[in-house]
Amino acid sequence: MNNKRTSLLQRFVAAPYTVWSVLFIVIPLVMVVYYTFTDSNGVFTTVNVAKLVEKEYLSIFARSVAYAFIATVVCLVIAFPLAYFISQTKPRTQKLAIMLTMLPMWTNLVIRTYSLGNLIEDTGVINTALGLLDNPIHMINTPFAVILGMVYNYLPFMVLPIHTVISKLDKNVIEASQDLGCNKFKVITKVILPLSKSGIVSGITMVFVPAISTFYISKKLGGTDNRLIGEVIEDSFLYSENWNFGSAISFVLMIIIMLSIAIVNKFSDDEEGGGMLL
Amino acid sequence: MKRFCSFALVLIVITALFSGCYQEDETIEIEYAETTTQFDYSKFEGVELSVYNWGYYISDGSEGSINVNEEFEKLTGIRIVYDNYDSNESLYAKLAGGGADYDVIIPSDYMIGRLIAEDRLAELDFSNIPNYKYIDERYKNTAYDPENKYSVPYNVGMVGVIYNTTMVEGEPKSWSLMWDEKYKGKILNFNNSRDAFAIAQFYQGLDINSTDTAVWDKAYNALAEQKEILQSYVMDEVFNKMESGEAAVAPYYAGDFFTMYGNNEDLAFYYPEEGTNQFIDAICILKNSVNKDAAELYINFLMDPEIARANAEYMYYASPNTAVVENEDYIAFLEELHPDAYNILYESAEQVPTDAFANLPDETKGYMADKWTALGATITEESSNNSVYIVCAVLIVIILAIFIYDKIVKWKRAKVDYE
Amino acid sequence: MKILSKIYICLIFLLLYAPVIVMIIFSFNSSNSLSEFTGFSLRFYHEAFNNSKVIDAFKNTLILAVVTAAFSGVLGTAAAVGISRMKSKYLRKSLLSVTNIPMMNPDIVTGVSMMLLFVFAGTLIGLSSSLNFWTMLIAHITFSLPYVILSILPKIKQMDKHLPEAAMDLGCTPLMSFLKVELPCILPGVVSGMLMAFTLSLDDFVISYFVKGTGFETLPIYIYSAVKKGVRPTLYAANTIIVVAVLVLLILINFVGRDKSDKKLKTKGR
Repeated sequence: MNNKRTSLLQRFVAAPYTVWSVLFIVIPLVMVVYYTFTDSNGVFTTVNVAKLVEKEYLSIFARSVAYAFIATVVCLVIAFPLAYFISQTKPRTQKLAIMLTMLPMWTNLVIRTYSLGNLIEDTGVINTALGLLDNPIHMINTPFAVILGMVYNYLPFMVLPIHTVISKLDKNVIEASQDLGCNKFKVITKVILPLSKSGIVSGITMVFVPAISTFYISKKLGGTDNRLIGEVIEDSFLYSENWNFGSAISFVLMIIIMLSIAIVNKFSDDEEGGGMLL
Repeated sequence: MKRFCSFALVLIVITALFSGCYQEDETIEIEYAETTTQFDYSKFEGVELSVYNWGYYISDGSEGSINVNEEFEKLTGIRIVYDNYDSNESLYAKLAGGGADYDVIIPSDYMIGRLIAEDRLAELDFSNIPNYKYIDERYKNTAYDPENKYSVPYNVGMVGVIYNTTMVEGEPKSWSLMWDEKYKGKILNFNNSRDAFAIAQFYQGLDINSTDTAVWDKAYNALAEQKEILQSYVMDEVFNKMESGEAAVAPYYAGDFFTMYGNNEDLAFYYPEEGTNQFIDAICILKNSVNKDAAELYINFLMDPEIARANAEYMYYASPNTAVVENEDYIAFLEELHPDAYNILYESAEQVPTDAFANLPDETKGYMADKWTALGATITEESSNNSVYIVCAVLIVIILAIFIYDKIVKWKRAKVDYE
Repeated sequence: MKILSKIYICLIFLLLYAPVIVMIIFSFNSSNSLSEFTGFSLRFYHEAFNNSKVIDAFKNTLILAVVTAAFSGVLGTAAAVGISRMKSKYLRKSLLSVTNIPMMNPDIVTGVSMMLLFVFAGTLIGLSSSLNFWTMLIAHITFSLPYVILSILPKIKQMDKHLPEAAMDLGCTPLMSFLKVELPCILPGVVSGMLMAFTLSLDDFVISYFVKGTGFETLPIYIYSAVKKGVRPTLYAANTIIVVAVLVLLILINFVGRDKSDKKLKTKGR
């Protein structure tokens, strides 16, 4: 009898979201696919996708994937210890620390990026403070600047899910492992890390996915040599007004992202985390 | 739950802080021209008019200036709903998708031409815009609106080159400054395909509105060559980079040069002798506007000498309004802004050849976009981009190693357990 | 170890707050330069408080972000719970894949396709202007939902699956068991998801631009529209007020009432 009741609830609970996602996710997606495989007159064509194998587009795609990948790894490496250390503090401090991680994101992206640029320019704050104006450390307009921008902007999205999971780990498990002779390092790598996998997978998705399609960060911090695919999509929607081609790029980008997430899920042996069909 | 309450509290306090400190500025007495006040505005009481304009493109009452929209509301009782956009292209994308239902828009020349061709603009009734008489003849009968049926010029401007006199030697006169190897790593260019290509085309004496792919190839080659010595492609960051001395040479609009000059007096400006791009932003009414009369009166109001002067003094762009250009207070204002401001905005602007953008056919736009992407895909000789791929490879190897090690350990353990 | 961890936390916060500090400094600049500090003045605060456009944009942004966070919190929780209980593996996986899509699409693609969808739906119903506050809200909820769902799912996984069953065996209705047993378990995930939704909504420009209706402008749209004429320190001042106000209140809340909860902890410990 219980089973029957729960199954009714199940259906009811996911229903609004299912309807929502069909209306506002699937239909726009179908439009993207439609634009991808038609030309401006609505006739079927594969020209838009075929164009993407030209070497300019391939190299920009490769660049976007590489930058987003590095940014994600850096975020993970920074965020995991941070989330762990925060979870070791008192509950009240934890709440404060989590809010403090999020707070810089409440300033506007434009202003944040301006300020970040201001810090790392050749005549910027860091070089001035170090007295290196004559022979500055060159940071802006390099891949470093773009990746720094990505890490800076998406770090909170890695910290939050990891912290949520770590903070509610069963303390008994950790104590048990310590009793069984694990040192602190082993507790982290053998117990906490595997148990927080689902949070890490969420974090990776939330960093990698927006990082690969960003256009603003590379535009403002990247100089001449770091154009990313997000900028090309923006250009084709706004400046060349080729919505079909812009859709084609984002369609291919989506496939790349799906493949990447599938790989992450394979690594984590986690069948529910990202939930790809592959 | 407690966290939610405190969070809500934060929001309430901030909002209160903002609205609590809001105070009306002292009112400024404005002497309107008779052609502005002659209308019977009472029949428009309660009408709402939506206006879509560039950001920071109207005097908004900051620092004692006139708040144009508020004054219009006071005079006429028409309520203004005012929104901002950031480029002609994003305005068009919104119009093309059917997502905008504004009454008044203020796009640039080539976009107006296109909107006329697509039959999106309403014909103006000039009996409602008597202040049109102040518009300089030079800005009438333009290429985009040859019969002056759809648009009223709002402001005009030209692209020139801004340079830092402490870093650049001599008095440059040509676009070639932007290709000068001496200033390697100190030169900026526009971060938008049309403007960047236009500079290369002017430099090489090519037509900026050409549909011939050979012309675009030539311009592309020039840009590719320039890329080797370029610091960055920029838009709004140009202000910061020029003011701080991060860059030495940058193309931008004459009016905005004065803003930068206000923060760094080492900067100077010239119009390149090869010719440069001129833009005219003009006010239009969309065809589906339901308040066309009110919209025309708004245009008339913007053309009022006092209001137009307030806008010109706010934006620093050249005004097409003769009553403004001849106004002594305005001339004195410009004098204070920059000793040569009047000359830059109005006189020397006539001495260089100019060309305005026309709307390009789709194929040309597509070709230009491809070339622009190609330009972004190439990397310069000294670039460190390749190190990114090396880092990537190293990271992948490390991750794989950890993963395999993990699997081996698990497998061994399983074996031990089994045994 | 304790000290080391504190140093680490401080270091990362320094990275996160360095640009914020730069922003705060330049909001007090006496000239409108954003790269050269010429002297202290409050003129841009005065300007921010006197610019009704900035204040309106700020209010709109806040309203939108709060409503977005609330809606996507409720909808996202229901969705996450529902997804995790789905019997059909295939259905569950496909719904999860769909969930990721709004994150994957570049903003401009989402923005344009949503605008087209709303305008199309509007013309079907016969509305003259189909974009308004609600379309903007729908768009914001749509792009925040994956973040909410992704932060709740790990918590559900972590939760003991037998807890709700036990509760129902003890006589709870499914709804009661959800509210009394499950929700408290997954609440941290819900809260951090809503926090993310709020943050994303606060900062979105591209999607908002395309789906916004006439007269409802948010702060990001207002700021982005300045790209031709350059951003002014007024906007730095507005953002500084947000950050500082939140910061002060957070710290206040943290210190007031600290004694109370500490005492509670102690008694509990005994």
